[in-house]
Amino acid sequence: MFFSQFFAQVVNGLTLGSTYALIALGYTMVYGILELINFAHSEIYMTGAFIGLMAVTVYKLPFAAALLAGMAGACMLGVIIEKVAYRPLRKANRIAPLISAIGVSIFLQNAALLAMGPQARAFPANFSAPGLNLGIIQISPLQLLILIISIFLMVGLHFLIQKTKIGQAMRATAQDKETAQLMGIKIDRVISFTFAIGSALGGAAGVLVGVYFNSADPMMGFFPGLKGFVAAVLGGIGNIPGAMVGGLILGLAEVLGAVYMSQYKDAIAFAVLILILLFKPTGLMGRRVQEKV
Amino acid sequence: MVIGINIILAVSLNLVSGFTGQLSLGHATFMGIGAYTATLFALKLHVPFLVALIIGAATAAFFGFIIGVPTLRLKGDYLAIATLGFGEIMRNILLNLKITGGPMGLRGIPKITNIYIVAAAVILVIFSLNRIMNSRVGKSFIAIREDELAAEAMGINTTNFKILAFAIGAFYAGIAGGLFAFLFRYINPNNFGFMKSIEILCMVVLGGMGNTSGAVLGATILTILPEFLRSVSPVISQYRMVFYGILLVVMMIVRPQGLLSDTSFDFLKSSVFGKIKVKKIAEKGGQ
Amino acid sequence: MTLLEGKDLTMVFGGLAALDSVDININKGEILSLIGPNGAGKTTLFNLLTGVYSPTRGSICFKQREIKNLKPYDITKMGIARTFQNIRLFGEMSVLDNVIIGQHCRTNTGVFGAIFRGPATRKEEKKVRDRAMDILNFVGLAGEAGEKAKNLPYGKQRRLEMARALATDPDLILLDEPAAGMNPQETNELINLIDKINDMGKTVLLIEHDMKLVMGISQRIMVLDYGKKIADGPPEKVRNDEKVIKAYLGDRAGKEVRAC
Repeated sequence: MFFSQFFAQVVNGLTLGSTYALIALGYTMVYGILELINFAHSEIYMTGAFIGLMAVTVYKLPFAAALLAGMAGACMLGVIIEKVAYRPLRKANRIAPLISAIGVSIFLQNAALLAMGPQARAFPANFSAPGLNLGIIQISPLQLLILIISIFLMVGLHFLIQKTKIGQAMRATAQDKETAQLMGIKIDRVISFTFAIGSALGGAAGVLVGVYFNSADPMMGFFPGLKGFVAAVLGGIGNIPGAMVGGLILGLAEVLGAVYMSQYKDAIAFAVLILILLFKPTGLMGRRVQEKV
Repeated sequence: MVIGINIILAVSLNLVSGFTGQLSLGHATFMGIGAYTATLFALKLHVPFLVALIIGAATAAFFGFIIGVPTLRLKGDYLAIATLGFGEIMRNILLNLKITGGPMGLRGIPKITNIYIVAAAVILVIFSLNRIMNSRVGKSFIAIREDELAAEAMGINTTNFKILAFAIGAFYAGIAGGLFAFLFRYINPNNFGFMKSIEILCMVVLGGMGNTSGAVLGATILTILPEFLRSVSPVISQYRMVFYGILLVVMMIVRPQGLLSDTSFDFLKSSVFGKIKVKKIAEKGGQ
Repeated sequence: MTLLEGKDLTMVFGGLAALDSVDININKGEILSLIGPNGAGKTTLFNLLTGVYSPTRGSICFKQREIKNLKPYDITKMGIARTFQNIRLFGEMSVLDNVIIGQHCRTNTGVFGAIFRGPATRKEEKKVRDRAMDILNFVGLAGEAGEKAKNLPYGKQRRLEMARALATDPDLILLDEPAAGMNPQETNELINLIDKINDMGKTVLLIEHDMKLVMGISQRIMVLDYGKKIADGPPEKVRNDEKVIKAYLGDRAGKEVRAC
């Protein structure tokens, strides 16, 4: 009895964690290249969820189409945000783009509030699939779907970054923008592409979480966004496998922690964040950087 | 009166973020600690208002110290996120404690704050802040913002001074919180959440980071403007937060140093008027 | 008399030894120059002596006290000051304030002193201001006291860095390439200034590429190459040292070493 409950919680944690990982990837990719915390990422996630919701409820599209629509919409939004709010500030000090990002986030959140109203909307899944029963471990169809899609996207991203030319350009740009530029890499395009991919993953996470909790609302991005960021820091910001691991660990920590202190569920992530920042500020898989004097 | 409270909040955050260069996204937390502590002391222990106000501010400063010790080793973005995290943890705690009334908050606070008290508080805060900024302590704050490593090489214990700035900022924010509680007579954890922190940050950024007059101006504008919009049309006031968001982005792109700033010289050079001015000076020099 | 003694100083960055078992001895009152090709570990040695890094191995004794694990601000308080190769002034502050900040560790005004401004605080402020002006006079920047530091021309910024370091009232002052980017006339003025500082009784450790300056001013020269000490002695000896000439061979400075 104890074990089946425990495993059920582990499955819950991994499911939640895989969505955090998807969100964390968006943060980590952007941070890796621009050293910017893209505060608007949580709203990109929320927008992805709403586009998916519209696709399912208004246009009666199947789930797969809704997922793709959510990703495409989020992707476009991410690219536009970068062009409008971050690109003009690329040469400014560190604080200006951060505040601009917060501005975009507030704007999108409240625009959604005006357009959609504050109440949460039901997000029907609109699909049918079998679950998985492994004796004491039970995985619901929805959880299985979320896990499979997340893993598929993460493997795809890994392939993209390690094996393709644009991936190589992204890695080069993250290491050294000036040199990458001298090597003939068009860094504006690489940065746009990074936002596109990161935002698409965030949008996918939005749709998946919306379906998982059967709900979407304009403020839904706030906590998952912050937690996605925590996951990115946990794994070592700028580090892509780190973001995946960080997301899963955070999801597990949160679900298992909530068993004992449910009212402090949202505080767990921040406690984890502060602990990691204090004891290993570069994250679990981050590398050490020393300031050049 | 709200303007006065917001001015105190803005100048105190400006001390931390503008002068010392430590971006904080949790300033409202200290306001909340001040508000709750002052209220609880006044309601439960019947401490006189002014004493409660000071106790609230001192408690906020103490929390500033406690939170500052671990987090101020972090830099830039990480510090911003850590302060945000602490703010959320604190809000979670306020929501769950019995003594703070949970999500219902605290009610039945007597209305004591009046225009004279607020004015006196604003004057005292700005006066003492100016004194600090003109002293060895304030100069050390600015040195840390300008170049932390060089500041250390000058013998400044940067960690201690950052914590000091944080604690002083928290103290002032605590005063603002106390004034707030005894003005609105009702407080709940959401008065002091992330959105309030952002609002204070907007005031500082709008006025100009690292400039006390700027913070005062920013606080005044962002307090009056929403009220003004509401009086013009209730529909527009719904767009207040949307407007905030756009304002932040546009501000960063067009005038990142804020309305008033001590780097206004750079702006002169880049603006149209500046160009004319520079050209005139150049012509004079040529003759 | 030995003022500072570093033994077996080793600093490893990610598997690479930037400094490899270097011994350094600084005698009270001397001008010691540290030379070597780029990447030889000169600035790393500075950073170890001033507490920016903690050495991987070795010990540093200053005034008979181990300082290798002290923070930069504690080391400054003990009497070591430095300038930076890539100028690190407090750009938005006035020239005067930069020098006032330099006196930070010799003053005590706290928050309450600042708010109430009692007689002690006011006296201290006046003292600090007067001394800052004296130092600015000494380096020849008194006329620019009110300017923002970042608006000074390059050569003056270098001198302001030295003024700021002097303000901490050090026994040992470390100058990291003070003549970089200076024209010959400015360099001559700099030589005078360093001599004057030395005459005040301050010990000087200097990193410099300008061989004319180094050979003209130093009582002793220490040469680093690939993180190792390859020579240490008076200028005439170092100038003719086989290893030193080899390390610099083909390098413009190499010819200069021999020419001087």
